[in-house]
Amino acid sequence: MSVILSVFSLVLALALVPLFPGIILKVKAFFAGKKGPPLFIKYYTLLKLLRKGSVYSTSSTFVFRLGPIFSCAAALMALLFFPLAWMQPLFSFQGDIIVLLYFFALRRFFTIVAALDTASPFEGMGAAREAFFAFLAEATLFAMLILFFRMNGTLSLGEYFAGQTPLSFDGSRGALLVLVVVGLFMVMLAENARVPVDDPATHLELTMIHEAMILDHSGPDLATIELGAFCKLFFYAAFVASLLKPAQLVLNPVLATLLFYGLVVLVYTVIGVVESGTARLKMPLVPKYLLTSFALVFFAIILTSLEFIQ
Amino acid sequence: MLKINNGERIDRSQIPRVSSELFHRQLSQFVRNNGFIVQFFAYPEDKQMVLLAVLRNSDLFILETTVGREFPSLTLNAGPQFNLFEREVAEQYGLRPAGHPWLKMLRYHANKSDKPDVFGNNYEEEIPGNYPYFQVQGESVHEVAVGPVHAGIIEPGHFRFQCAGEEVLHLEIQLGYQHRGVEELLQTVPHKRLITIAEGIAGDTSIGHNLSCCQALEALCGLEVAGGASTQRTIALELERLANHIGDLGALSGDVAFNPPAAYFGRIRGEFLNLLLALSGNRFGKGLIRPGGTAFAMGQEARQVIANKIKELRPEILHVCDLLFTAHTVLARFERTGTVTREHAQALGLVGVCGRASGLDYDVREFFPTECYGDLPTISNKVTSGDVLSRAMVRQEEIVHSLNAIDLLLAREEEPCQPVPVEGTDYALAPSSCVVTLNEGWRGEISHCLLTDDQGQLIRYKIKDPSFHNWPGLAMALRNQEISDFPLCNKSFNLSYCGFDL
Repeated sequence: MSVILSVFSLVLALALVPLFPGIILKVKAFFAGKKGPPLFIKYYTLLKLLRKGSVYSTSSTFVFRLGPIFSCAAALMALLFFPLAWMQPLFSFQGDIIVLLYFFALRRFFTIVAALDTASPFEGMGAAREAFFAFLAEATLFAMLILFFRMNGTLSLGEYFAGQTPLSFDGSRGALLVLVVVGLFMVMLAENARVPVDDPATHLELTMIHEAMILDHSGPDLATIELGAFCKLFFYAAFVASLLKPAQLVLNPVLATLLFYGLVVLVYTVIGVVESGTARLKMPLVPKYLLTSFALVFFAIILTSLEFIQ
Repeated sequence: MLKINNGERIDRSQIPRVSSELFHRQLSQFVRNNGFIVQFFAYPEDKQMVLLAVLRNSDLFILETTVGREFPSLTLNAGPQFNLFEREVAEQYGLRPAGHPWLKMLRYHANKSDKPDVFGNNYEEEIPGNYPYFQVQGESVHEVAVGPVHAGIIEPGHFRFQCAGEEVLHLEIQLGYQHRGVEELLQTVPHKRLITIAEGIAGDTSIGHNLSCCQALEALCGLEVAGGASTQRTIALELERLANHIGDLGALSGDVAFNPPAAYFGRIRGEFLNLLLALSGNRFGKGLIRPGGTAFAMGQEARQVIANKIKELRPEILHVCDLLFTAHTVLARFERTGTVTREHAQALGLVGVCGRASGLDYDVREFFPTECYGDLPTISNKVTSGDVLSRAMVRQEEIVHSLNAIDLLLAREEEPCQPVPVEGTDYALAPSSCVVTLNEGWRGEISHCLLTDDQGQLIRYKIKDPSFHNWPGLAMALRNQEISDFPLCNKSFNLSYCGFDL
């Protein structure tokens, strides 16, 4: 029964993943006093790209083609381990979260080498920026795992949200999760090429980070990358959303799914609001931004240590 | 040096012609004593070449000299103000400024004389030859080439960055991809077509260039402009300024990913283009200004439409400016980004918004007023630290100033004026004459200089768009800046490619 539920919720998530970036666009359009593109714009974009052919430079090699495949595969893989709507994920084992984070790193590695393979100065710049900023973001993510291990005693995504002692606000040290939610939200913006770190809407190559690396990909390759990016953003948004449910609240699968997607939509809406209300940071300030997120999580770790002393 | 007035015809025989040494010495001295170049170009006279210079401090001066194949470079001896002007002379007529420190072509075209190319290029070939770029060498230095084809619908230009990591050590800008031969074309067409071509010099400055052209023709043909027409022309020029400045503020906002003001300003820009439509029947004001007046008289109805619209838009504009300039994340991006110091701005001779943002308070509307500008209040800028924020603030101040100016002009008694027909007029130009016109277009000082021969035919039509002065300013603004800030700096200058390329 639970396996069927897990499969069903995974299929539902995959079907909905391209919807959510459309919500961000709608929110931004609202703040700009515009109608904005249709809510299903990303589905149309994917269909459009899939119908096209891919163009390959004669100077690029198979490495260039590996980028999109790894980029999408790693993000899809992460969803297999995610306890969607606080239900048991399809796969789970002790330490899976570390494996997943390194799958994201592997994804990044292949995106970067694919970018470098084109020998374009834009893509080289984008790759350098991505490598540097992601390296700083990793500090926050791993600090978060230390905190979770102290709170929950496991290193498994399934255990965090669908296990015996799920992480939540109303838990013993739940207040600390407020810091984690803010820190994780900041990392989410950085890792998924959102304002204030990157601008997904810009056409100016010199300012791009993530977009600069995929300038030469086209057609189905680009669609694969886009889908991977949607999944990755959904993974982070779902992570934040999952932390927001009180542990005592026990719901049947339908209500849980509704609540879960409601919270996910809320997270995406907040992204849209943040993007409408802030300008991009100057590039040299991005490390400070990321280290701020680290500081928040690190502070939470210190607080758990203090409790042990007591 | 002869003191001249803006838009006033003089006989060419009045232009003082001095020896090459004296010319060189006087120009050097003038530029060293807070003087600036308005025009510096060569023209053929009989079998020899003449170098003509129009200079300004608080007055306008004119001076010329004859040259052979070579002349001593003023860039070398008198400073970088002459850099592009001398390269242009070398490219247009094959005259070599001896000792020029970076003698490179501007627009890649064959020269108009029968002399061999100064740069050793063969324009028969598809790629006409030498493309030298300043280079920086070192282990961690890398080169980024951007353009000439860009994303979006912006004009073509090539930007070559020498970077150490994210830091730009040097930027070299190569233009010329839109060279259409405007100056030559203007010298060959019937005179009544001059204005149509002038409107196309730079599409976003069609009123500014057309006005400069018409004023020159009026001086040379002895035409008078009625007061009402003059008011209408002034309003048109200010509407063009408003539309472009508002568009620029929106674009600056969009470049730092701050969307709401970008969207609001984009809409308001459209409102001003529509006002130009109401005034002239064209959203860019094409076909409005004619030698001797305007093509349509501004009626009571048009006055009312403009007055009402400005009343409606003024609070909106102020509100959106407030939204933009109080957002601390925006200020963090604008402040101390792309700074051009006053010293550099003066050495390069920046004009217009960019010059004023660096503290050079030169405004043609104040110094050499034409049309109704003599009666209007002048503007002074408060934020002049030379960064992106200053350039944005100067635009904001000019927007408010222009709104006030239009209100003042509309509040005047309506003066009768008749539409001026173009058909059936042959615009006979005064023979052996010279006229220089200056106007403050929205980017800055636009100048047209016309020279006629003893038959009343044009021997030289020289155009100078303010961008010609300001492109080197953009290159300076990028020194030791983040390369990721280039698009923002570029937008804060927002210079014309086709106005430069001609």
